Amino acid sequence: MGTSFGRGGATTFQQDLQNADCLLIMGSNMAENHPVGFQWVMEARERGATIIHVDPRFTRTSAVADIHVPIRPGSDIAFLGGIINYVLQNERDFREYVVNYTNASVLIGEEYEDTENLEGLFSGWVKDRNGYTFNSWQYDGTNVHGASGQRESQESLAKYQGLNPQEMSKLEAGMPPKIDRTLKHPRCVYQILKRHFARYTPDMVARTCGISEEDFTKVAEALCENSGRERTSAMCYAVAWTHHTTGVQIIRSAAILQLLLGNIGRPGGGIQALRGHSSIQGSTDIPTLFNLLPGYLNMPQAQKFGPLAKYIEDEGGKTGYWGNMDTYITSLLKAWYGDHATADNDFCFALLPRLTGDHSAYRSILGMQDGAVKGYFAVGENLAVGSANSSLHRKAMANLDWLVVRDFSETETASFWYDSPEIESGDLKTEAIGTEVFFMPAASHTEKNGSYTNTQRLLQWHHKAVDPQGDARSELWFYYHLGKRIREKLGDDTTEPYADAIKFLTWDYHTEGPLDEPSADDVLREISGWDAEGKALNGYDKLKADGSTRCGCWIYCGVYKDEQNQAANRKPRAEQNWVAAEWGWAWPANRHLLYNRASADPDGKPWSERKKYVWWDEEKSQWAGYDTPDFEKTKRPDYVPPDGARREAAIAGTHPFIMQDDGLGWLFVPNGIVDGPLPTHYEPSESPIGNPVYPQQSNPGAQRFPREWNPSNPSPSESHGDDFPFILTTYRLTEHHTSGAMTRTVPQLSELQPEMFCEVSPELAKLRGLEHGRWATIVTTRTAIEARVMVTGRLRPLQLNGKTLHTVGVPYHWGRKGLVTGDSANDLLPIVLDPNVHIQEDKASTCNILPGRRPRGRAFHEFMEKVRSDAGAEVTP
Amino acid sequence: MSTFIDLTGAAAQSATYGADEQQRMGFFTDTTLCIGCKACEVACKEWNELPEDGYEFTGWSYDNTRELNGNTWRHVTFVEQFSGRSAGTGRWLMESDVCKHCTHAGCLDVCPTGAIMRSEFGTVVIQQDVCNGCGYCIVGCPFGVIGLKEAEGTTGKCTLCYDRLKAGEEPACAKACPTDSIQFGAVDELRERAEKRLEAVQGRFDGAQLYGTDTGDGVGGTGSMFLLLDKPEVYGLPPDPIVPTKDLPQMWRAAGVGAALLVAACVAAAVRA
Repeated sequence: MGTSFGRGGATTFQQDLQNADCLLIMGSNMAENHPVGFQWVMEARERGATIIHVDPRFTRTSAVADIHVPIRPGSDIAFLGGIINYVLQNERDFREYVVNYTNASVLIGEEYEDTENLEGLFSGWVKDRNGYTFNSWQYDGTNVHGASGQRESQESLAKYQGLNPQEMSKLEAGMPPKIDRTLKHPRCVYQILKRHFARYTPDMVARTCGISEEDFTKVAEALCENSGRERTSAMCYAVAWTHHTTGVQIIRSAAILQLLLGNIGRPGGGIQALRGHSSIQGSTDIPTLFNLLPGYLNMPQAQKFGPLAKYIEDEGGKTGYWGNMDTYITSLLKAWYGDHATADNDFCFALLPRLTGDHSAYRSILGMQDGAVKGYFAVGENLAVGSANSSLHRKAMANLDWLVVRDFSETETASFWYDSPEIESGDLKTEAIGTEVFFMPAASHTEKNGSYTNTQRLLQWHHKAVDPQGDARSELWFYYHLGKRIREKLGDDTTEPYADAIKFLTWDYHTEGPLDEPSADDVLREISGWDAEGKALNGYDKLKADGSTRCGCWIYCGVYKDEQNQAANRKPRAEQNWVAAEWGWAWPANRHLLYNRASADPDGKPWSERKKYVWWDEEKSQWAGYDTPDFEKTKRPDYVPPDGARREAAIAGTHPFIMQDDGLGWLFVPNGIVDGPLPTHYEPSESPIGNPVYPQQSNPGAQRFPREWNPSNPSPSESHGDDFPFILTTYRLTEHHTSGAMTRTVPQLSELQPEMFCEVSPELAKLRGLEHGRWATIVTTRTAIEARVMVTGRLRPLQLNGKTLHTVGVPYHWGRKGLVTGDSANDLLPIVLDPNVHIQEDKASTCNILPGRRPRGRAFHEFMEKVRSDAGAEVTP
Repeated sequence: MSTFIDLTGAAAQSATYGADEQQRMGFFTDTTLCIGCKACEVACKEWNELPEDGYEFTGWSYDNTRELNGNTWRHVTFVEQFSGRSAGTGRWLMESDVCKHCTHAGCLDVCPTGAIMRSEFGTVVIQQDVCNGCGYCIVGCPFGVIGLKEAEGTTGKCTLCYDRLKAGEEPACAKACPTDSIQFGAVDELRERAEKRLEAVQGRFDGAQLYGTDTGDGVGGTGSMFLLLDKPEVYGLPPDPIVPTKDLPQMWRAAGVGAALLVAACVAAAVRA
């Protein structure tokens, strides 16, 4: 989303889904996992919208959809690519939108070569480094700069793999140097797109996805019919798009399609990224990610150690809102280092930690396996159940010196050392584990003040109802007091250079109550920021680079506008319009529908009365509408940037994507994605079939970690390629939340889904002798688990080129703790990651399934040894 | 309903509240809007402090609580209709079932202790402090709604959140339902709404039909009405429920006649003697 539109967040909000004329829900089981937001889908359906659910399984979402298309897990890009091709071949794109608001007309340099010519690879592939250089993907005549926060991975890959992309020069004006508005030039993005997707014909889609051409055409036609001036279509996706080795590219496909159909920035349109947890959006905005600072600023790198000015030059843009990088980073440093940060000492920029490599979640676990990572905090995270190849996680934790687990109850992560499948099989022995485990009870949301940032970038404040029970404490309490103790331990006399990084930190929130709970309100105010007089800032346009403003996260600037906690606003929906500007506060600047300048035509008039949202009010000489305009309020639609314009002044009055250097929606991404400027169908890392679209089998850039404890199932072309003939897909149920730590402890939820089960079609049940209600054992080279059998017509065999393919579906909520227990589906999966965001592939891999329960104890160990040896999948340390 | 001596019916009993009588309240559960999330089941248990009912995998689609009983007062039924259907035409029906709060309530009629009462809202409520757990009501209910609460030694079923109603709040299940599949309101108004909804969805959903709206049925119509997408028995609902006490007046009359004849015979015999 970030690379296509400029910001890594949902472009719309769930309440607006009611205005859609067609809704494509794909990579999401929205009714089951977002039942509250799903009311707006039901509302749209009641208003006559066509609801389409594309999903391998018939779920509770499919049950209320008008059309359900059961595609093969992992064939999403083929399906979406097919629709893109359908739109382009039949010229069904919203041409006026495409020409004016996207980079369709931009010419790409002559060096660019497409997958069409290179058997599924793009130009720039460096074979022995498993990565791309990006020089050949650039706009003709210049290099553009990817939106910050999305570019890191590209550079990090380059860095860690020894690739050296040329220093990126920036657009010298808000307009790319060479364009062809007729879209006829063979090197313009539109034509490149047309050639790239030409092979995604309905027939190819049918053969790759295992569906009928008729079903495909029905979906493509519904989207085309419901897009344009008068109508809009929206898309909803969740983790079933991100949990692939091609996850980022699947979302890119959706972005391309929505830009071509003219559905971004308009009511009833957009892409709703449905998040996997209640504040996952918040955890990337103010990140728990290793490679970002708050507000999607890149973490500085050790290899590029230099002054602040150099960081700003490297990471900021010249044009667009990233041109204001200097104000964002300086205000952040002032918030963190307070009066210690001065212009003379570069605002303490040198004190920020520097990245030395990939420290993403899975890398850290592999680091434990290798003995390099000695200590670990697992905070509200149950990696012993919730992470791919959780068996490896448990074994790796046995190598730690110490482990802190903060949760509501003792989770499987806290108990791995005395109660786990590995203890049962003898692979781990309690007496041989040296890890010291600290279990710290955590306060729940009703026991503390704070905010959630939900799936639509909306901050909602919750107030404490009761004090935490017993030793339970909030995360804020834990980290604040931990910081205090570290500071105390450090003393004042230490002169070590690292000491300043701690000594200079502003760590002075006021505390209250018997527990000395730090004020969450203080923290929010610091995040929002204040000016030289200490007055709360009203918005990020007020930030300064001279050190006079402080702001903990520039995109949240204004959440404490007028000295009020805006996140705590709770005006009922009946008292305001559906945008509900006074319920909570949405970043940025309380804009609910992003890029909403695109809801008006280039002249600033609504595309149609029916789809009116934000428009230019000539009389008042400003933008007006139902939402906060996502545009400079008084910038005229006919504004043309003067030569040499910088920052937002370089963005034309007709360019709605204000975070991009050129203000355009990017159909083609010259910078910012490591595995190609356009999406391409690759098979999942483990697939029972060869790639029907290209000779290249799977994503060449995917991060693979062949090693002990993380073997791969053999592919069809390898020996024993038939040992794992079925597709394995994992998912959640409404009744439980992720690893079950919060739900398998609640009786009234546990009874609703009391046991681990697997779902298979009647055909697969017959093939393998599985009986409904009895037991099955699901096997991969990682491990084997048992589950009760649910034989159901909701799963169906796929027909691909005359071959019948079966899918085994498994929810992943069970573990060994709690009121209801069972084997963990994640034990089955390999650690193999998307190269952009390091997210695991757990929606599509392979397995075998056998009737009956799995062996126990040592017999289980021997059973697995045999599985691996038969498959030739032993990986020696 | 001339066959009934309407002493325990909703209208007759609510009227005994005099000035405190309220509009008769009920549910309209529209299964065309149900997404099977079970928020109703959980909200009901939370509010009414009901325990879990066993941790057993049933294999009945996604239904593991099986039925309405003493500790489960809302229950979501899942019906999979796939076998024998061509691709793309399969259905997964979901229906949140609940006590019907009958116009003529068998449970109330047979309760020997007076624990079951008709509230001022026209609903049927088991008073837990009066109930002795004899279980007559369990067999007296034509819908199989009531069950024993073993820990308490009483019987239990939906009260339409009597305590919440008294506080001017809607029942917990309706409050929690994210898609308004469960609608709470005045029974007369809901019945009208149900008729309109049926009209609106005809042609959109196969098999759409109302359940419980007919005041001429064997229980005099219900306070909980449903829009179903198949025959009631597909959801485990009786197609033609009849209050078991329906024939009671007739039986009493017959018994009365018999007794009178007996008395007359005795008198005649005595006279003859």
